[in-house]
Formats: sequence, structure tokens, C-alpha cells
Amino acid sequence: MSTDKNIEIMDNPETAPSKKRSQLYDIWRRFSKSKTAMLGLFIMVVLILLALTADIIAPGDERRPGYDIQNLQNTFQPPSLEHPFGTDNFGRDIFARVAHGSRISLQVGLVVVSISMFAGVALGAVSGFFSGFVDNFIMRTVDILLAIPNILLAIAIASALRPGLGSVMIAVGISAISGYARIVRASVLSLREQEFIEAARSVGASNFRIITKHILPNCMAPIIVQATMGMASAISVAAALSFIGIGIQPPTPEWGAMLAESRRFIRDHWHMVMFPGVAIALIIFALNMMGDGLRDAFDPRLKK
Amino acid sequence: MHKFILKRLGLIIPVIIGVIFVIFTLTYITEGCPATMMLGDQAPAEDIAALRAELGLDYPFLVQFGRYVTNVAQLDFGTSFASRRPVFEEIIARFPTTVHLASMSVVIAIAFGVPLGILSATKQYTIFDNGATIIGLLGLSIPNFWLGMIFILFFSVQLGWLPSSGFGTPMHWILPSFTIGISSMAIIMRMTRSSMLEVIRQDYIRTARAKGQKESKIIFNHALKNALIPVITVVGLQFGMLLGGAILTETIYSIPGLGRFMVDSIGRRDFPIIQGGVLLIALSFSFVNLMVDVLYAFVDPRIRSQYK
Repeated sequence: MSTDKNIEIMDNPETAPSKKRSQLYDIWRRFSKSKTAMLGLFIMVVLILLALTADIIAPGDERRPGYDIQNLQNTFQPPSLEHPFGTDNFGRDIFARVAHGSRISLQVGLVVVSISMFAGVALGAVSGFFSGFVDNFIMRTVDILLAIPNILLAIAIASALRPGLGSVMIAVGISAISGYARIVRASVLSLREQEFIEAARSVGASNFRIITKHILPNCMAPIIVQATMGMASAISVAAALSFIGIGIQPPTPEWGAMLAESRRFIRDHWHMVMFPGVAIALIIFALNMMGDGLRDAFDPRLKK
Repeated sequence: MHKFILKRLGLIIPVIIGVIFVIFTLTYITEGCPATMMLGDQAPAEDIAALRAELGLDYPFLVQFGRYVTNVAQLDFGTSFASRRPVFEEIIARFPTTVHLASMSVVIAIAFGVPLGILSATKQYTIFDNGATIIGLLGLSIPNFWLGMIFILFFSVQLGWLPSSGFGTPMHWILPSFTIGISSMAIIMRMTRSSMLEVIRQDYIRTARAKGQKESKIIFNHALKNALIPVITVVGLQFGMLLGGAILTETIYSIPGLGRFMVDSIGRRDFPIIQGGVLLIALSFSFVNLMVDVLYAFVDPRIRSQYK
């Protein structure tokens, strides 16, 4: 990134004095130029607002939460003004359930990314910084985890634990660690030999300080891109786990679990199948677009 | 070449043992004692103790792991809780259907992904490029279990063109293979596009143009050879994703393969089947990647020459 900064400073002499702000500003400027990235950001903002206002859109009563208010006289209603997404087999409003479900998906995405990013970055940084035995040991372990397809590893872990939100997060989180470890290791390897690291060492900085204060801030760009796209795949894998019944259990309105319930009614009630799936596809689409946009914004040289 | 294959084979063995270790550890931490699972809660304590001894559950972790590795090497993956039959027999009987499905999806993913990627790169920023990009984005974003349901809704329920369940005739194969193949198609397409764009900017392509070579020859004879090298790696990696995707897709289309059997076993809490299935798929994925690496050396003389 340091060479990047120089290029930017040369390009915009007037912004040179406040270096830190100008770089963030330039990243935002490049990001906001991409229409797809901005569309992704817009969808995410809408989904976050939906999650924040779910209790206002669909308030619960004293007996049941807002997503589980049943009305057995009003089952399988097609979309209408009163129920924009229709109602399900218990007469529950599907829009209310999708809105409450966005909380779960965002929560799963954030927690999974935190687990896998924290562990992956630590492993990758240690592995890249200390070559030799430590590096070999960590990278062989990562190879093993990579040999098991992501979703299968998550299924194997989740099936060993008790079904539920926590297990899903742990299972998906562990299965995503290896991706971060590889990316961080590659960046650390290229940074390790640079002069500013040698300089830090020569003034007596400890290894821990060099890694956390000098190396990691310089590989933030690939980590942020991986985290954005990783959130998309985390939400998708978590929905898949719930869909096959080892994830989040009904009546929790997890989108994958809602799709699993709707399978029985696919022949007669299309609206039950449609809306939870659209929600999953939208959030994955939005995060992937933002990830693409961030990658180009961090490193404009890569853009073709 | 032989040296390369031998070296690569040597690398795969620790990975396989590691995979077995991961699966075994998961079996070990799984809640509930297998002996109780097999005999039921009401079984007398002596019977459970006897079965525990028979299954070797009283030994320490590492001893059990050693026995597990020896057993797996002899294709003994344990016993199913539900049917009490050997896990390996149960899963290997259903595996060919899953491989069949995954292979057809790979063919679809390559047959559509590579040409669309080439088209997109050679006609950059035209309507073809934008169209292909949009298809690629949709393919990446739509989760395959939902795509399968939408296909059923549209092609089976609405139009009545294709059957929605079973795997008997080629007509049954179309929807599931597209369901699994589309996300890989999107990834292969994006990879082909970016790799092709990189190659057609190189000097030797300009040289070919300068000497008056036909454009089609430049693309297919000169550029494609180099552009496809990274695509091969991606195809190999996709195979694992396709086998994973088969688990969900088989469930949706009621296809009697390994994936659906594993999902049914989740419902029955039949862990040996789930873990045996994961192990079998992970092992076949490792072998596919081994073959891809060998193929890589075969098409790329630069790699081959390192091992002369």
C-alpha cells in the first residue's frame, strides 16, 4: 500500500498534507464510482434497516415474538397489500418472518466472520512471519482443512454438536479459517523482507509489536475484501445447514429453515418458496458486489 | 514426470491422514455414546458395556485413532447406527449416483463457462460482456438449494417440461445438473474472462496480430492455451464444491445418492454415515486435485521441465 500512497500523493498534490484521510477518501471515491458496488451497499443498508426495525414492522405480543404470530384462519394467503409476501402454513406473515430473519443472517455473518478472521489472521501472520517448522505445521493443517469442501466440513462439525445458532456459527466459522490464513500468510511473506520491518527490528521492537503494529495494518486490504466476501459465503452455508436440518431450528425464522419448511407446499404456494430465497440471494449478491468494489478501490492497479 | 507424480503422491498422504484425524475427532466429540445409540436407551447396562468394549470405545483417544486409521485403510468406516450394516457398504452403493451428478455438472459448468468467458473477454465492454457478467453475478449469488426449488417451480410445476424428482432417465438429470453446475459455471466464466484478458494483452499476441494472423486463430491457438492454465486449477477446486452442492440438490430432487442419504442420516442422528460420507467425499476431492495437478504438469511444459 505504501507505493500506492505515493502515487496518490503525486496525483493530488493538494491533498498530500493529511495523508491518512486522503487515502481513505480516495478509497471511498473509487468505491463510489462503481455502480455495482454502490448497489450492493444500498441493498445492505436496506437489509440492516430492516433488521433494526423488525420489531416495529412486526411487533410481538405477550405470548409470541413478532415472527411467530399465527392465524390459522388466514393460512397460505398469496401476496396482498396486507401481507406483502403472503402468509405461510400457520398463517404467519412471511414479510414479518423475512424481516426478523435478516437479524439472524446478519448476526450469523458477523459472528462467523469474526471467528474465522481472528483465527485465520493470527495463524496466517504467525505462519508467514516465523518460517520453518511453525510455518510448515500451520500450513499443512490449513491444507487438511482445505481438502474438505467448505460445506461438508461445516456439516461434519455441526452434526457433531447440538443443533442451534451457536453450533452453526462455530461450524461455519471453523470451516472458513483456512481462507484467511492463506491470504494473510501470502501478504506477510511479501512484507516481511521490507526495509520498514528491518527498521522496526533495529530499534528493538518485539515480534508481537512488529506483527500487530507494522505488518497487519499493511495487509488490511485483502483481509477486508476476504471478510466481505466471507460474510456472503458464511450466510449461504449457514442457510444451507438450516435447510438440511442441522442448523437453526424452526420456529426461528432463519431463511434457510423457512425454505426447508416451504418445500412441502412448493406445488401450490409459490410465494412461500420465493421470498426467503430472494432475501438470501440479495444479501449474498450485495456482499459480493461490495467485495468486488472494495478490491478495486483498494488496489486500482488490479482493475482491468 | 514420474518424479513429479511421485512427489505429489507423497504430499497427499499426510493430508489424507489429517482429514481422517479431523473426522475422527468429530466422531469422538459427538454427543452421546455410540453403543447407547445402537442399542437404544432401554438396553441393559451390561449390554452397553459389552458393546463399548467390542467397539473399542474404552481405549484412549490416540489408540482409538490408530485403530480408526487402520480400519479406514481396510475400507472399514464403522457401523451405521440405523441399519447396523457397515458404513462403507452403505455409502459406496450410493456414491456412483453422486459422482454421476457431479460429473455432469462439471461438464455443464465447463461447456458454458469457458465459451462465455472467452466471448466476454474478446468482446469486452459490449452487450455480450455485460450479459455474461450479469449471468455470472446471478450464478454466484443464488444459493443452489433455492435455485433447485425455483427450477422445480418453473420447469416442473408451471411448464411441466421436466420431472421434479428421481434420477431414472436423462430427462431427470437435466434440472439437478444445471442446479449444481450454474454456480461453478459462473466462477469458471469469471476466471476464464480475467485470465483471457491478461493473456491477450501480452506481446506475443501483438506479434501474432502484427504478422497478420487470423483473429480466430490468435484466440483459439495462441491465447487460449495459456489462458486455460489457471482455469484448470479452478475446475479442480470446483469439483469439491460440486460434490458439496450435490448434498443439497439430491435432497431437493429426491435423488437416491450419497448426499441425500447423508441428509436423511442427519435426521436419524446416524453419525457414522455422515462422517463416513464426508470422509469419502474429502478423499475423492483430494484425488481429483492430485489428478488436476498432474494434468497441469502435462499441459504446462514449464512445470514439467522442473522435474526432468
